[in-house]
Amino acid sequence: MILRYEVSGEDLSLAGRASAEVKRAMGRLGVEPADVKRTAVAMYEAEINMAIHGGGGLAEAELNSEKIVITMEDEGPGISDLNLAMQEGYSTASERIREMGFGAGMGLPNIKRNADEFFIDSSPGKGTKLKITVYFGKKEAV
Amino acid sequence: MTVRDIVKTLDGVLLTGEDLLDVDIEAACGADLMSDVMAFVKENVVLLTGLVNPQSIRTADLMDIKVLVFVRGKVLPKDMIAEAERNSMAIITTKYSMFLACGKLYEAGIKGGGIREIC
Repeated sequence: MILRYEVSGEDLSLAGRASAEVKRAMGRLGVEPADVKRTAVAMYEAEINMAIHGGGGLAEAELNSEKIVITMEDEGPGISDLNLAMQEGYSTASERIREMGFGAGMGLPNIKRNADEFFIDSSPGKGTKLKITVYFGKKEAV
Repeated sequence: MTVRDIVKTLDGVLLTGEDLLDVDIEAACGADLMSDVMAFVKENVVLLTGLVNPQSIRTADLMDIKVLVFVRGKVLPKDMIAEAERNSMAIITTKYSMFLACGKLYEAGIKGGGIREIC
């Protein structure tokens, strides 16, 4: 099953809807709740990042009985220092974003922690591409 | 502690979720930053927050959190209550501040935290 979504960079109140739909699709397929939760957390963090930093983009989830592979791609400003961005607590989010409950600097670390495989490619001016893979029945949600 | 006990302890108002009143709650998470909520690892959780926007409902939904308390007498827009209803959640409002609301629930018996350590 392949699910595709366009993530808005304009209306931040919509951010998270794609993740919620993927979560429900996984539930319908009977995926273990622990695997559903870590997938949902990883994708939601990525979707929020895409909406607030990336200016929106495309999300695709490829789902079968063994795993889910989520690809998120935006054409935003990109990340200049990936090592810094991966540190817990580091954030470049604006005050407006913080007022919405985001910008704790936990996004990328949360994605990495919940994924079994995590790939990120980003550089200034080129946008950001994330690939998140979760294998089912491998480990507990963290 | 049940959801009914939480409403009573916080002198709260239940806006939706009457069918969850007898559900047992074992842990609590008090946070305005949603990424902090997503680092929470326990089940049967009540989320206390001052964040009144659709993301608090959406984050709770993604984390399978069914009970939310909005502190400091926040007024919720109708569309947020409707979204909570669609997701079968209980929504409680209390006039207490975050600090007092968390303290009262702790004193009343919810001792479970559950935020993973920062590494």
